[in-house]
Amino acid sequence: MAAWRCPGCGYVYDEEVGHPREGFAAGTSWSEVPDDWHCPDCGIYDKVDFELADG
Amino acid sequence: MEAATHAHAVESELNPATWHDPKRYAWLLGLIVPLLPFIAWGLVALTGLGVFWFYGPFLVFVIFPLLDLAIGMDAENPPDSIIKWLEQDRYYRWCTYAFIPLQYVGLVFACWLWADGGLSTVDSIGLVLTMGMVSGIAINTAHELGHKRADLERWLSKVALAQSGYGHFFIEHNRGHHVRVATPEDPASARLGESFWAFLPRTVAGSLRSAWGLERARLERGGHSAWSIHNDILQAWAMTVVLFAALTAVFGPVVLPYLVGQAVLGFCLLEVVNYLEHYGLLREKREDGRYERCRPAHSWNSNNVASNVLLYHLQRHSDHHANPTRRYQALRHVEEAPQLPTGYAGMILIAVVPPLWRRVMDHRLLDHYGGEVGRANVEPRVERRVRARYGTA
Repeated sequence: MAAWRCPGCGYVYDEEVGHPREGFAAGTSWSEVPDDWHCPDCGIYDKVDFELADG
Repeated sequence: MEAATHAHAVESELNPATWHDPKRYAWLLGLIVPLLPFIAWGLVALTGLGVFWFYGPFLVFVIFPLLDLAIGMDAENPPDSIIKWLEQDRYYRWCTYAFIPLQYVGLVFACWLWADGGLSTVDSIGLVLTMGMVSGIAINTAHELGHKRADLERWLSKVALAQSGYGHFFIEHNRGHHVRVATPEDPASARLGESFWAFLPRTVAGSLRSAWGLERARLERGGHSAWSIHNDILQAWAMTVVLFAALTAVFGPVVLPYLVGQAVLGFCLLEVVNYLEHYGLLREKREDGRYERCRPAHSWNSNNVASNVLLYHLQRHSDHHANPTRRYQALRHVEEAPQLPTGYAGMILIAVVPPLWRRVMDHRLLDHYGGEVGRANVEPRVERRVRARYGTA
């Protein structure tokens, strides 16, 4: 399972945890997250801007 | 600090023990807003003059614009090394939390005054205007809280919005406005040639539609219907319904029209601020069809001390859009951001008079774009007239 980080505010989407509030249950893979989804914390960066987070 | 070569060394020595925030205690002044009904009542009792029921709009539209002119600007920023520490200092949070209980004690007091205070109709209308100022500025408090990651703060944001019935704001603002700011797609970004009075219905209706769409999409992803108990907009509106129903039950139906009146005024006050925050500013479309990222150049700013203290640094708007979760006390003045000629309080007065607004703002906007109208966010319905007036570039 991988995690993806917003390059602006540092929010991390961890596939293991998902984001249930946003409708992504734990275990939802990054590829299932729609491309037009924005960072839920800052709203500045789109999914496609996110970077793979180490570890 | 006299020699630039020493600046770095001095900077690195700054720490919470040696740096003092000059605005630290000034933030408490924001609490005069929820206390407005008590202040108005006190002034009427002291002087015997009913005109003091209008104290709220007097404070916002007369005293604060004058204070901005008298006190002037402050472009000072907290040093970068301090920002993290400054954001963690819980004192600043409590300044905003304290707004909310005072806001509702004040609303109950206002309802008591409307029902049993022996006010004339004109007095009552004065108090409606005063409570409208509280309602509108409470949206600013909700705005500060609604951007934070903590659930408690997001919940307090919803509570602060109950008085104005604008509970959908914290959805639309964070996930709609911040994403589409300074583009023609954003209902809350005003366009060159668009008067405040044309902007008002567009932003109210557009923001509502957008908020509902965002919330429906979120719920449907999670397998819920939009009409479910999990809908944050419905939850927030339910707070308003319960609040107004309870106040009407306790104080009688006489208070209901006043409550509705102050709520409408409250959200109109928010929308006039939305109008001036991004007027005419436009993000360029990149080759891949996406808009360039929001830059400091895409918000109007003001460093006027008085309105900045009243509005929790909202006027340092460029830094807010660059760092939406950053706490108000740490927001910075940004050099390349376009500046308004005075604080929001004074600009509101200009915004409601469209010919005056055009005279004050259009040339500033055009200067910002080197005279090229085509680089601004122009209202399509009046584009020909705007281009005839300002050139076709």
